[in-house]
Amino acid sequence: MPQLDLDTRDALAGAEAEFAPDHTRPRADVVPLYSPPEFVWRNDTERCRRCKRCVMQCGWRALSWQDRVGADHNKCVGCHRCEAMCPEKCIVVAPNPQHYKPHALWSVTHRKNVWKQGDTGGVLLTGMGNDAPYQVIFDHLVLDACQVTNPSIDPLREPMELRTFLGRKPERVELDAGPGSALALKTRLDPNLEIATPIVFAPMSYGSISLPAQKAIAMAAAECGILWNTGEGGLHEDLRPYAHCAVVQCASGRFGVHAGYFNAGAAVEIKIGQGAKPGIGGHLPGEKVSLEVSQTRMIPVGSDALSPAPQHDIYSIEDLRQLIYAIKEATDYAKPVCVKIAAVHNVAAIASGIVRAGADIIYLDGFRGGTGAAPTVIRDHLGIPVEIAVAVVDERLRQEGIRNQASLIAAGGIRSSADMAKAIALGADAVAIGTAALLALGCTLCQKCYTGRCSWGICTQDPELTRRIDPLVGARRIANLVRAWSAELEEILGALGLNAVESLRGSKERLRGLDVDPSTLDVLGVKPAGVGA
Amino acid sequence: MHHHTADLYTRNISGCGLSGMMSLTGERVDGRGIRDSIALLHDRSNGLGGGFAAYGIYPDFPRHFAFHIMYYSADAKDAAEKALDTGFDCARDERIPTRLVEGVADPPLLWRYFATPKPEAVAQSQSASDEDFVLREVMRINAEVSDAYVFSSGQNMGAFKGVGYAEDIADFYRLEDYQAYIWIAHGRFPTNTPGWWAGAHPFTLLDWAVVHNGEISSYGINKRYLEMFGYRCTMRTDTEVMAYLLDLLVRRHGLPIEVACKVIAPPFWKAVDRMEPEQRDLYRALRQVYASALVNGPFAIIFAHRDGMVGVNDRIKLRPMVAARKDDFLYISSEEAAIRAMCANPDTVWSPRAGEPVIGCRGQDVSTSAPLVSSTEVAHATA
Repeated sequence: MPQLDLDTRDALAGAEAEFAPDHTRPRADVVPLYSPPEFVWRNDTERCRRCKRCVMQCGWRALSWQDRVGADHNKCVGCHRCEAMCPEKCIVVAPNPQHYKPHALWSVTHRKNVWKQGDTGGVLLTGMGNDAPYQVIFDHLVLDACQVTNPSIDPLREPMELRTFLGRKPERVELDAGPGSALALKTRLDPNLEIATPIVFAPMSYGSISLPAQKAIAMAAAECGILWNTGEGGLHEDLRPYAHCAVVQCASGRFGVHAGYFNAGAAVEIKIGQGAKPGIGGHLPGEKVSLEVSQTRMIPVGSDALSPAPQHDIYSIEDLRQLIYAIKEATDYAKPVCVKIAAVHNVAAIASGIVRAGADIIYLDGFRGGTGAAPTVIRDHLGIPVEIAVAVVDERLRQEGIRNQASLIAAGGIRSSADMAKAIALGADAVAIGTAALLALGCTLCQKCYTGRCSWGICTQDPELTRRIDPLVGARRIANLVRAWSAELEEILGALGLNAVESLRGSKERLRGLDVDPSTLDVLGVKPAGVGA
Repeated sequence: MHHHTADLYTRNISGCGLSGMMSLTGERVDGRGIRDSIALLHDRSNGLGGGFAAYGIYPDFPRHFAFHIMYYSADAKDAAEKALDTGFDCARDERIPTRLVEGVADPPLLWRYFATPKPEAVAQSQSASDEDFVLREVMRINAEVSDAYVFSSGQNMGAFKGVGYAEDIADFYRLEDYQAYIWIAHGRFPTNTPGWWAGAHPFTLLDWAVVHNGEISSYGINKRYLEMFGYRCTMRTDTEVMAYLLDLLVRRHGLPIEVACKVIAPPFWKAVDRMEPEQRDLYRALRQVYASALVNGPFAIIFAHRDGMVGVNDRIKLRPMVAARKDDFLYISSEEAAIRAMCANPDTVWSPRAGEPVIGCRGQDVSTSAPLVSSTEVAHATA
């Protein structure tokens, strides 16, 4: 068997380990590579002071030093780390300008994918969310504003309330006579998660991202009064101080799961599906299961961490109910239980079943949701947009009179406070952000997370790379993002004449559609622009 | 048909003038005072809607539900009466007395019925009470019988409304002939749709009557919330959600009126966080459970029920509201001058704080804040 060099092995690690264990097939190193480089690397040699920083910074080993910087364009992924770190700012990473004869059916992307598969014979892998040019519904929804008949409210001068409670609510409040003429609460409410602003962090496990990156997110959550999510990676000892604002996840691999883990967090999440790869499990290659990862996940060092596609004790809705109540029993009914699903065609009926199975929160992950690794074909072609999922789930739960029994978290492609406001108007109680939080940490969306070579130190376990993130600095950047979006949400609410976020929640009346086909508008329950109140 | 131009819309938005008066001892007075008061607020309206609600006006039929219905066609009357006959025993029905008034044009056919639900019909519909049955039937007629609108359905009370200036509507309905212990009135300035008769205020359901100045910016979610409980918003105006919210919160969920007011205009979290633990838990629970019942945006409302009259503002007081006392009478209006038009020398006049209800209850003194929360806390909340 031919020996693979280290670089090629890294580049193909995910594909080979996960999907192509058959070593009798033609290998990358014996098949000539037809795939052209995606990027070309240039530097201004006049200005280059030969500090070699770029060479050191490149996690992809695309740069080398032979009395000047040399570039292997094939290895460059366009992460722009070298550019950002160059003291002279003399580096430019540009798309490869090579031009192929246009073809309306065979896009260059399709051609490149075929070349790559000819090169490797593997399932094409990718990272982050679906990047295909589907219509982004958020970009075709516009928000209302007050003029004359009702006043807008200035959030800099008037109170503006974003506080949000996630969890089951009773249908009504019952009162008792309290002391004197006062009244007291008779109804006992189920546990709810109080968050200061309707944002939570999406699940990203330790293993998929680095410990400093996860720590930065956890610290930001604690500072902002919101929640972070362990993902399916267990709770690392270093993050115990942030467990009070953690949602601890129980997914199909059950990594790191034990009673103490459930009880350490603020809530427990059962992960059924993920927007980026509905119906697909996960795989952390053994190379990334270091001592630390192994201790946190409770698996042997160097063993592959395989998350099966389904949870093998949940083959139907009644099984889900059993797990929900097993977790509630294990946590003494003190923690809300969230169920995370990918947005798929029948999402409304599925969500209704999940609420009736006892879930307190439903996390809806749209097809733009991010991932550390997913087959490209799955990521780009399965699932539906979160905008539609939220609207139809909210409507279905209302029709069934059970909307109060669970909160909805919308995730998968929330890029800005505007997306957040629109998701809330469509019916979400809160939004979850993963990609946006990573962007705040420096991620440039090169989509090579699955290689484990992230030069920004986010999606890697290589200590040379992970130490590039200072959790304190990272937490500051992420908390800044949450703060900025919250302030912008207040501005939007003020323009809408609202001073409490719950008055926007589910208020589709404040949305209008622009350039959306009528049937989609109908599904969303949103009127076209130009139609008045 | 009368409202074709409004069919595109689900509601219309209005600025307006309000007035209300009640006798805390139940003394009945005729409609001339309230007419003079709302006439003074002429410039707050534009002639596209005026209306009144009066309590205690049907002493001969105190236990009967008095249905006031407007018809735009003879077929509509037949269809609605068929529905009524199935569910109710009708003691009397008659044309609502009116007179010709310049400025009130093209009135629909206005008819009233004094009826009691048939016990077997209530049982068959599986309604929990006569009130639930009436609610159901009113919603059904308004949503399903075209050209028929039930605009009043309470006991020993009635609403009178139409298109025109409020003082002309008062003359049209001969309000000087009625004696009531509560009167509320509304002059309307709709800004979105042509006025139509059923769209004038007050909005009523059972004993509830609401007049409203403002625009409910949270209408979209208030409406969807109410739909979960079987209410159907058919009047093309945001104000009807207020009537239905009160019915849901007070009659069906059993909340005291002052607590219901704190649901629609809750204190700010800053104030709640400073409360004593029991109160804080109560306010947190109300806000969590009734988040979608929070009425956001500018409003001053006066609402009435058989036992009292309440005025309440939105929680940052974006619309004017003044209250006054004279002997055993409570007055609430958009402007002090309108109070003085019906009561020249009130004993006290005050401007209620944002979100702080003025609650007049028959046989009791006026409460100016909920017993749950002191006025200082409200003041902090709005500071």
